[in-house]
Amino acid sequence: MEKKKLVMIGNGMAGIRTIEELLKVAPDQYEITIFGKEPHPNYNRIQLSTVLQGDTTINDIIMNDWAWYEENQIQLFTNESIEKIDSNNKQVVSAKGRVVNYDDLIIATGSRSFILPIPGADKKGVVGFRDIANCEEMINTAKDYKKAVVIGGGLLGLEAARGLLNLGMTVDVVHLMPHLMERQLDAVAAKMLKTELEQQGMNFLMEKKTTEIIGQDRVTGLRFSDGSEVEADLVVMAIGITPNVQVAKESDIYINRAIVVNDYMETNVKHVYAVGECAEHREITYGLVAPLYEQGKVLAEHLAGKQPKPYEGTILGTQLKVSGVDLFSAGEIYEDETTKSIIVQNEYDGVYKKVLIRDQVLAGIVLYGDTKDGNRLFKMLTNKEDVSGMTSVNILHGGCGAVDASSDVASMPDSELVCGCNGVTKGTIVTAIKEQGLSSVEQVSSCTNAGRSCGRCKPMVADILAYTLGDQFDQTKQKTALCGCTSLSRDEVVEEIKAKGLQSVKEVMNVLEWKNEEGCSKCRPAVNYYLGMIHVDDYHDARDSRLVNEKMHANIQKDGTYSVVPRMYGGVTTAEDLKKIAEVAEKYDVPLVKLTGGQRIGLFGVKKQDLPSMWEDLGMPSGYAYGKTLRTVKTCVGATFCRFGTQDSMGLGIELEKKFERLDTPHKVKMGVSACPRNCAEAGIKDLGFVGIDGGWEIYVAGNGGVDLRAADLLCTVKTKEEVMDISGAFIQYYRETANYLERTAPWIERLGFEHIKQILEDEMKRNELNERLDKTLKRYNEPWQEAIENKEIQDKYYTTISIPEMN
Amino acid sequence: MVQSTTVIEAAKYSEIPLGTGLVINLEKENIALFRCSNGSVFAIENKSPHPKGGTLAEGLVSGEYVFCPLYDWKISLQSGEVQAPDEGKLRTFPVKVEEGIVYLTI
Repeated sequence: MEKKKLVMIGNGMAGIRTIEELLKVAPDQYEITIFGKEPHPNYNRIQLSTVLQGDTTINDIIMNDWAWYEENQIQLFTNESIEKIDSNNKQVVSAKGRVVNYDDLIIATGSRSFILPIPGADKKGVVGFRDIANCEEMINTAKDYKKAVVIGGGLLGLEAARGLLNLGMTVDVVHLMPHLMERQLDAVAAKMLKTELEQQGMNFLMEKKTTEIIGQDRVTGLRFSDGSEVEADLVVMAIGITPNVQVAKESDIYINRAIVVNDYMETNVKHVYAVGECAEHREITYGLVAPLYEQGKVLAEHLAGKQPKPYEGTILGTQLKVSGVDLFSAGEIYEDETTKSIIVQNEYDGVYKKVLIRDQVLAGIVLYGDTKDGNRLFKMLTNKEDVSGMTSVNILHGGCGAVDASSDVASMPDSELVCGCNGVTKGTIVTAIKEQGLSSVEQVSSCTNAGRSCGRCKPMVADILAYTLGDQFDQTKQKTALCGCTSLSRDEVVEEIKAKGLQSVKEVMNVLEWKNEEGCSKCRPAVNYYLGMIHVDDYHDARDSRLVNEKMHANIQKDGTYSVVPRMYGGVTTAEDLKKIAEVAEKYDVPLVKLTGGQRIGLFGVKKQDLPSMWEDLGMPSGYAYGKTLRTVKTCVGATFCRFGTQDSMGLGIELEKKFERLDTPHKVKMGVSACPRNCAEAGIKDLGFVGIDGGWEIYVAGNGGVDLRAADLLCTVKTKEEVMDISGAFIQYYRETANYLERTAPWIERLGFEHIKQILEDEMKRNELNERLDKTLKRYNEPWQEAIENKEIQDKYYTTISIPEMN
Repeated sequence: MVQSTTVIEAAKYSEIPLGTGLVINLEKENIALFRCSNGSVFAIENKSPHPKGGTLAEGLVSGEYVFCPLYDWKISLQSGEVQAPDEGKLRTFPVKVEEGIVYLTI
């Protein structure tokens, strides 16, 4: 049967969640086409403020990458908005003139920042805060300009302001009303919030109405209705959102404030649906993710013909994502003649709590400074629980913040939602803790998804752990357990291995009573590493406890083929070697030959059964481009040829690479050697970097050019190559002995402190001991490619596949 | 439609390694055979149910589970089910071992 055609206008969170739900319940029902106005795949818009505040990057907030669309056979057109819906002929027309027919159409166009209609609002430097482009513009502006003004003291405005402070700008927040976040907070809580934010560096201009944005081409300031002015290089408008409904307006679809939908997200036009911020349901347009996800689920089930429960609206709880601020509010905020309130105010601890009660049920909640009661109260609110039998103390636990968390959790029914983003209930979490023996928040997150989106529920998850495990719950052990298979931390495991003389991965797991007899993908490689690090003289490596690349001695690619990167010491090669590489590439029909970032040649797309014979034909050692070990030593040409070079960088690079190759390290180690401070080998962003100066070398440590860019620290300056080798050996060995498995030198040095490491390496006796253990360790390595060539058992086990023609 | 099944001789029991998988290429299928430390043998579709797919045979084996080498999903060899928090299911194939020969029912 031919599939029906589903077209969606909009590529944001609500729409894509609808598609995800739909794929779950009716994977084959539709051929799906999506149009998105932005150039990106679907991303987590909520996290834009954390991107702006510098806690995460744009790449990290992508929720569905390009491959997701491909895998689910979704036709995606980005950068392409829809101009027209022709519901009579059931087709849409894009801005590029593309015409697509549909059987069902979802409008999920979301909303945009409301831009004040005042003179000058179109000047350069005036932005909304709604999408990646806005975020990037603010980040870029902060590089060249100093003075930001945020218009709007609501949720979004304050998050933007905090972000701009983090970007080094001075920030004024302009607000029309006498207090901040007036839709979520009452005057008392708002005043406490304002005081806290002022301490963080925000400046508030309250009760100011902006009438004009001044400047030539670019904004230079704002003018208010009282005639006063303020300077600004950047203006962020965060006064609210406007639903994107233009495209619906021009057809017969009924619009009030937004596109009006019923409880199944149907518009007045048959086969046309709307979901998310562009939809208006029972006169409410939602701007938070939880209700939009609920809508998406109902719509998906409705499309799949599953007759879902109708969507009946959502009561919202609000939290502010600004560090140092704990606030929660839901329902009504202000007293009226029909409400009675219970208020607890503790100025000393900065805690304020208020609940509004009408007709024996909660009508509103405002919490500031201590939000532990939030979930419980919110639940009472949404379930309309009768509180007439409760005392005020029962409702609001005490006032000094010292709430007994476990009693909160105890009174919480299993069906209560703990993680609103991912829909995880208390019951799910308790069951996971009991059945899978979990003991840390991280474990709970990875088993249930709770806390994986906005992370706000993590304290609650910790409380549930404490409540479920009782005395067994040890706060100090939180986060430090090696993995879910054990409650022991890295240091405890290492100590036990030393104290009990444990020799193998299996023995460690047996003796230390691992919960999973054979461990998991986190602890097996780690334990194998620690054993090898401790048993300096001899350790029989557990190859099957290594992850795929180290097990195969080649880098697995996404299609299951591998890459082969031969060792090329210091990035120096010969015509003869190049010929050999070229011949092998031809012989095995290698699809891609590429220079790697570390100055080596990579042969990509090799079948695993071809690996041993290719290695044999190459006759070169493994370049370990896949290992938690020394990767490459990048070098510049140096004094041998370069007119600026003061030192023999290639020579030192080759010597370093020959000495440290194959050594197991907690994570990969990269080195660079430059012959002069121009630093062509980028030594400043390597784990170990060397810069030649007249008469010696500068040694830099713990740089990183990857995810967390970190400039290396200058450890010392030495005169001779021997000193370079001495310091480098001791540094690497100290890293090997003290780092957690999978911890790069950059976070390691941040954790231990640069001064501490410097002190250790200044101590000659310590250096000698470290080097002695290192040299012993280095002796035990064999060349892995050669080993595979010579050993038939290894070939059979790792590099063989069986092909059977089917008999008919 | 009538489903027909075929029994094929896949490998010798002794050929199946411990601690990693063995890939069996059929014309239309790509299957990974695993021998667990308790001796049992499982046959599973050699394709991770992760949306991006990928081979399974080279994954880390623990008990009767394999960890997907590319995306670290934990998958039951017995049922083909992906373990929480991830979701999905792989096809598994009945295995019979007779006189040292491993037979698969496809």
